[in-house]
Amino acid sequence: MSALQPSELDRPALARGRSAADTDQKSVSAALRRAEFGDRLRTLALAAPLLLLLALSFGIPIVLLLSRAVYDPTIANALPRTSQALGDWNGQGQPDDAAFTALAADLRDNQAKGTGYELAKALNARLPGARSQVLKTVRQLEGGGDKPPLEVMKSVPFWSAPGTWPAIANGTHSITSFYLLSALDLRWNADGSLERVPPEQAIFLQVFLRTFFVAAAVTLATLLLGFPLAYLISSVPKGLAAILIVAVLLPFWTSILVRTAAWTVLLQKFGLVNDLLLWLGFASERLDLMYSRIGLIIAMTHIQLPFTLLPIYSVMRTIAPSQMKAAYSLGAMPFTAFRRVYLPQVFPGVMAGCLLTFILCLGYYITPALIGGASDQLISNFIANYVNVELNWEMAAALSFILLVFTLALFGIFARILGLDRLKMV
Amino acid sequence: MNVAQATVPSRVLEANPGGFVDFLDVEKSYDGRSFAVARLNLSVARGEFLTLLGPSGSGKTTTLNMLAGFERPTSGTITLDGQPVDRLPPYQRNIGMVFQNYALFPHMSVEENVAFPLSVRQVAKAEIAGRVARALDMVRLKQFGDRKPAQLSGGQQQRVALARALVFEPSLVLMDEPLGALDKKLREHMQLEIKQIHTMLGVTIVYVTHDQSEALTMSDRVAVFNNGGIAQLGSPDDLYNTPRNSFVASFIGENNTLEGTVEAISGKECRVRLDGGGELTALAIGVAKGNTCHVAIRPERLRLGSAAQNDNALPASVDGRIYLGDHLRLLARLQNDQVLTVKVDTETTMANGQTVTVCCAPGDCRAFPADAGAAGSNSKQGKTK
Repeated sequence: MSALQPSELDRPALARGRSAADTDQKSVSAALRRAEFGDRLRTLALAAPLLLLLALSFGIPIVLLLSRAVYDPTIANALPRTSQALGDWNGQGQPDDAAFTALAADLRDNQAKGTGYELAKALNARLPGARSQVLKTVRQLEGGGDKPPLEVMKSVPFWSAPGTWPAIANGTHSITSFYLLSALDLRWNADGSLERVPPEQAIFLQVFLRTFFVAAAVTLATLLLGFPLAYLISSVPKGLAAILIVAVLLPFWTSILVRTAAWTVLLQKFGLVNDLLLWLGFASERLDLMYSRIGLIIAMTHIQLPFTLLPIYSVMRTIAPSQMKAAYSLGAMPFTAFRRVYLPQVFPGVMAGCLLTFILCLGYYITPALIGGASDQLISNFIANYVNVELNWEMAAALSFILLVFTLALFGIFARILGLDRLKMV
Repeated sequence: MNVAQATVPSRVLEANPGGFVDFLDVEKSYDGRSFAVARLNLSVARGEFLTLLGPSGSGKTTTLNMLAGFERPTSGTITLDGQPVDRLPPYQRNIGMVFQNYALFPHMSVEENVAFPLSVRQVAKAEIAGRVARALDMVRLKQFGDRKPAQLSGGQQQRVALARALVFEPSLVLMDEPLGALDKKLREHMQLEIKQIHTMLGVTIVYVTHDQSEALTMSDRVAVFNNGGIAQLGSPDDLYNTPRNSFVASFIGENNTLEGTVEAISGKECRVRLDGGGELTALAIGVAKGNTCHVAIRPERLRLGSAAQNDNALPASVDGRIYLGDHLRLLARLQNDQVLTVKVDTETTMANGQTVTVCCAPGDCRAFPADAGAAGSNSKQGKTK
């Protein structure tokens, strides 16, 4: 009976109930977290093979390669005695004779171990002309017979030239900023400050600027061509839109090499484009389109068009026709309606498309190699040259690193302006 | 020949060109063969709430789009306040429009949305702020000015669209099924709100819907569209009580339809022999002797029990009962196997199979020609976008 009526006795029970409810709530949220954690773990497990593959084939090699930009033990390993002898050298003037003797011994050692050429190459990267000097000195050391090594060393003027020993001393440090600075046309001055390399050696900044210029020009061209086309495709009936999309994608399904090769045919001095321009009267004489900046931009624009167009199209497709109708009915003239209603809504797609094209253009290799002239080579061509021809992987790594940093910085700026979630990739 | 054309009521043909909005012989064809809108004559008075009601594909939205300027008539003229507007682009018509999906601008806040029509008209900033605030106040969304449309409920978005269409004080506002996406309760609430705003501001509203109860609730007049033309134009009361053809009779409210043949005509009334047996007297609406006809009778006009003098009396048996809370619906199967729905009060006790007599006054039975304006007939022509 009393149980049915609210009484003093019920209060502790109520209080208990409340605290029990609190604990319940805590345990519920804990259980929820556990469940969610389990879910996430399962999802992660499904993606694990891919992540592993990416790590092994992509992540680790990239890190290893890029680390070469700042870590180069070749010289330090090849010149152990010299490193030691230079230990207490103050970097002014020339080191004492012990260093010369040590270098001579190290050179002979390398020759004996078969690493002489590698060393010569590594020194040459820092000391232009060092390769032939090293080989010459080694020949004299080997063939000189009774001539003391110190005398041989002193007899080659190169080893006593100013700048030689600081470079060697620098090279004996495994961690180096040399390549990264070189990639930006910078170097350490004798007094320890940064300075620009002499103009005749400065190439990379110009190449970076050229790469960015070409990428920007191609991005702009694809935007100017792609935006109206995307608008057209988004506004025609579905069947026709599908046909147009296929037409846009058709070249996309062809190898980039084939497309580039096709452009080399078209852009020839006596190629179709020149024929057409002459016939239409747009040009009075045949233009040098091949091996020129303009030809390069034309070919890259063609290849990149779908990348710019598709994100724009995918956003345009989501904008209801009633949006523009509403703008008109509210009194906006067509241009105002476009600028204030349509464009802001398409903007994330435009940004995504342009970003995609711009970043892809930064890494173009085949097209500039085949269509560009000597002065139209982009940064990737230089990287490839260092990897394939010069076998200077450190320089290649440094250029790649700088390019990567630029690209990430650019992406970061875009993401900041727009918010990453609003970047609408396809 | 278009059927709707033949059924255009004389009242519309007499439409005085001198209304606020006039459609004069307006036609619209998309494919050059059939008409989405055929020979439309319609006059809207200043301050009127006119609803274009019809099934989908009946031409009502095309009509609205031509008035808004999104579509051009294939032939004919539309005048607004006496001026032909055929060559005027939508942005010069000064007509407010509320769209079915609201068409709010997702990248603008509620305030910016409502300010849009004012800012494109280059109204001074200070004045814009005041007018936007008043408009939002009117639709009771004052505190939501900073929100983005996506952060609002459907009903709130609808009210923003309303405020945006009204803020620049257009003399004509078009609404294209604006409540279609809302649930029933909210829809009924918004109907009253729109009606109140109409009364308060005195604007002319042309409203498109396929929901007949919405049309009856809100409108001063309703134009019932069918197959690209107006099947009947009139007040809600007119349409409900005196439909002029079987399409309107069946589209507005609920109706029993009996099929038969006209036996004889005497004055306003005619004698109809029902298919499968039975006879009744009905008002003759455009039927001639020997015609097959449809006789429409409202469920609430039917009674059970003894017939008064001159009443139609049809013997039937109870075939089922539907309980609806405030009343009952009895299904009465006639001897010719046609089933009538009879609205009765809940106290009525009738068992299934019980024999009854269904009675009604001849004045409550309306006989229409069987083919004219029937829903679904000739539907190829009713093609809107």
